Amino acid sequence: MTLAHLPALEVVVPLIAAPLTLVLRRASVAWILTMAACAFSFVAALLLAMEVARHGPISYAIGSWPPPWGIEYRVDALSAFMLVLVAGIATVVAPFAGRSVALELPAGQGYLFYTMYCLCVAGLLGMSITGDAFNLFVFMEIASLSSYVLIALGRDRRALLASFQYLILGTIGATFFVIGVGLLFLKTGTLNLADMAERLQGMRTDRSVLAALAFITVGMSLKAALFPLHLWLPNAYAYAPSAVTAFLAATATKVSVYVVLRFYFDVFGLVLLTEVLPMPGILRTLSILAIVTASLVALWQSDLKRLFAYSSVAQIGYITLGASLATVDGLTASIVHLFNHGITKGALFLLLGIVAYHAGGTPLSGVRGLARSMPLTSFGIVLAGLSLVGVPGTAGFVSKWYLVLASFEAGHWWLGGLVVATSLIALAYVWRFVEAAYLSAPSGAMPTARDAPLSLLVPAWVLVAACIWFGFDTSFTVEAARRAALQLLEVAR
Amino acid sequence: MSGAALIASGLLVPTVGAAGIALAGRWPDLRESITLGTAALLFASVLALVPQVLAGGRPQLFVLELMPGIALGFRVEPLGMLFALIASGLWIVNSIYSIGYMRGNEEAHQTRFYVCFALAIAATIGIAYSANLLTLFLFYEMLTLITYPLVTHHGDAEARAGGRVYLGLLLGTSIVLLLPAVIATWWIAGTLEFLPRGILPPGTSNATIGLLLALAMFGIGKAALMPFHRWLPAAMVAPTPVSALLHAVAVVKAGVFTVVKVIVYVFGVDTLAQLRSADWLAPVAGFTIIAASVIALRSDNLKRRLAYSTVSQLSYVVLAGALLTPLSVVGAVLHIAAHAVSKITLFFAAGAIYTASGKTEVSQLDGIGRRMPWTMVAFAIGALSLIGIPPAAGFVSKWFIFSAAAAGAQYVALVVLAVSTVLNAAYFLPIVYAAFFRAPAAGSEAHGEAPWTMVAAMMVTSILVLGFAAYLGVPLALARALAGA
Repeated sequence: MTLAHLPALEVVVPLIAAPLTLVLRRASVAWILTMAACAFSFVAALLLAMEVARHGPISYAIGSWPPPWGIEYRVDALSAFMLVLVAGIATVVAPFAGRSVALELPAGQGYLFYTMYCLCVAGLLGMSITGDAFNLFVFMEIASLSSYVLIALGRDRRALLASFQYLILGTIGATFFVIGVGLLFLKTGTLNLADMAERLQGMRTDRSVLAALAFITVGMSLKAALFPLHLWLPNAYAYAPSAVTAFLAATATKVSVYVVLRFYFDVFGLVLLTEVLPMPGILRTLSILAIVTASLVALWQSDLKRLFAYSSVAQIGYITLGASLATVDGLTASIVHLFNHGITKGALFLLLGIVAYHAGGTPLSGVRGLARSMPLTSFGIVLAGLSLVGVPGTAGFVSKWYLVLASFEAGHWWLGGLVVATSLIALAYVWRFVEAAYLSAPSGAMPTARDAPLSLLVPAWVLVAACIWFGFDTSFTVEAARRAALQLLEVAR
Repeated sequence: MSGAALIASGLLVPTVGAAGIALAGRWPDLRESITLGTAALLFASVLALVPQVLAGGRPQLFVLELMPGIALGFRVEPLGMLFALIASGLWIVNSIYSIGYMRGNEEAHQTRFYVCFALAIAATIGIAYSANLLTLFLFYEMLTLITYPLVTHHGDAEARAGGRVYLGLLLGTSIVLLLPAVIATWWIAGTLEFLPRGILPPGTSNATIGLLLALAMFGIGKAALMPFHRWLPAAMVAPTPVSALLHAVAVVKAGVFTVVKVIVYVFGVDTLAQLRSADWLAPVAGFTIIAASVIALRSDNLKRRLAYSTVSQLSYVVLAGALLTPLSVVGAVLHIAAHAVSKITLFFAAGAIYTASGKTEVSQLDGIGRRMPWTMVAFAIGALSLIGIPPAAGFVSKWFIFSAAAAGAQYVALVVLAVSTVLNAAYFLPIVYAAFFRAPAAGSEAHGEAPWTMVAAMMVTSILVLGFAAYLGVPLALARALAGA
């Protein structure tokens, strides 16, 4: 009985937790409630993923209104994979947030953080699970509005500006998306994605459909921070509270990429993308530009949070590069990198958060000699950094392997070369941290404090361990990603 | 114990040992005892595999699936057996030497040093035992990363600069050249297992094989084929025991080991010999041999001279492998062993000189043989071996390589070998001459030998160099099993 309603509960539990935290008004109670809600969603996501792997996609009609009239929640291999990522990261970050909130927010306002956090989690989960275009827009707005607030909570006053920047660009993105959905609704008269795809079969060259594709592409690229629409991201990541940066970096842009994949392959289909429009070429060009320019920009940053924020822009390029190949291995690389990069960046930003508390900020000059005062934190950053580079034995390597393999299969030898060559740039910027933390004398004002408390270190190291674990055991990530890729391509044809 | 258990212990003993060393960090005597005990145990577990492998057995162990279709797996074949024997056997000697060196020079961070050293050995064993190219690549990269803290041990600007070149070149070549070769091989062959006749399907075009071979040979940066050799002299900023075991034995031998392994088990000697797509490799190796010898001749810094000598000697192995005959493969394998014992002796001597006298330059060594007779005798033995004078180890391996080149009428290779022998003599013999027959410079301070553990280690390796004939049977049998000769 309850199991049958898991798809709804997945989203409803954190959604209900949000107003509850507001009513309870005590930060500590709100914290526990948030952790419980996230943990519930995570367990539910795992159960759903297992169910999908065994018995295929699940369709759930909200309020028992059958699709396409009612809202359909549809859990297939890809959405189950996203649910696991989002809920998993939320569950790991929530315990970390306890101290983050105590240290970074004015006393008495802590519970508001948890309200927004629960809303954001519910929004992102909803975007991943829903099979309804307008419902997707609603969840996107829930996730976006709450993330604007979360970013604005940063201690630095520049967080307000960063949040405002993101608000303007994010709203434009959402508006574009809803215009696209509106056009599709006009043409098809339905909002259910599967139904929409069917009705679009005969109108692949219709101007309105092409316009819808353009609006949705630009809108979601803004939300996903796809080059050159990434300008909001570095500031938002640099000035938001640490827990927020870690959560958003690991999930928000990934879910936006998921939406692009969903619309491209499930709704529009390969014929429209490749034969009517040159979408793969456009996406590939933008991805390469993202990888090269953002990696180079990251190399010259003097603040670690900004450095890794630009690195995120580059990594999103790898994700879309895989998708632009539109082959099984390319999509596998893309989807597996959604996950692998999520845990890697989550780990990095949590650890940088710890650095920020103890050193007062994350400028490169401020982490000189850090390895001596904070050995566990520093070593965690090194390991997660190696995963970012894609050294074998880390999660990042698995993504790189499939991306290069897919490039070779598609006959783009040079593209494989580009992928490996640009990972050297990642090595260079990760090594800037290593040289500062391990091979430089402390700059004097270094606090002599020992390493961070376990309440911060444990969540961060859970993600670091995940970076290593998923480098050796790829049975969950690669197999789920491959199933999702096969499914997308099957529907797309 | 079964083969699988012995393989597992080869990997786990040094890893657990590293943990023990870290825990015993506060008690130096206990810590060093753990290092020595671990090294002895490891050597025993490697040695116990030899009878099985010589009898034709190929003990194996599969741990898990790294990627769908590619396992994290180990299989011990003759070449890996020999490499593991060399690395683990010399680790014992090197540990005795390290104790004297690290204490004699009052080095900082000694616990970190011994921990990283043990982990580096674990990675080396992983390379030696690996059953497929991806497992090998995994441990190959691990070895680079674990030795980085050893190279930058002193933590100063010089160490930082050396570390950059080290990591940049080793990771750079392996990621940009070797990794695409691995992935392309997987794509073309559908397997990465090491199989005796190679894995590339028949009908693979000559151009593809040539490209893959070039990517692999230059991508294996640890083999120090020019122009990717600069990391090796850069690594000399490390404490001398690191240069001795890792940058004369474990790391560089991991490079040439991988070269031979890839030539034999991925491409297949016969395939390459028929297609002539490896014809460019011998000249490149020959050039490296000569050019590195010339640089060695012009280097005044002793460790730098030894480093360039290593670059040159490594290309002997590559050259021998590139001749693609059973005899030359035997020569390549024997040279891995012969160069290992000889070069570690030379580095031991260089470190002993530095510890006892603080001298690092060749030009400062006049008359030092009178103060440090044992050290300089060991140095002379190592030098004579690398020049190729009987009965030292180097003579035997060179004999095989010369014979193979002569039998195959490879005149370029013969000329390179002859010229390089002269060059070896030219950069080693003046040091020996000056040490024993020149008067010490006026005003140089009096000093004796280095700590006894260092001298003892040198004596052991000198005996290994001179007595090569006594235990030649094992490496020769392994080499023959590999080459099918």
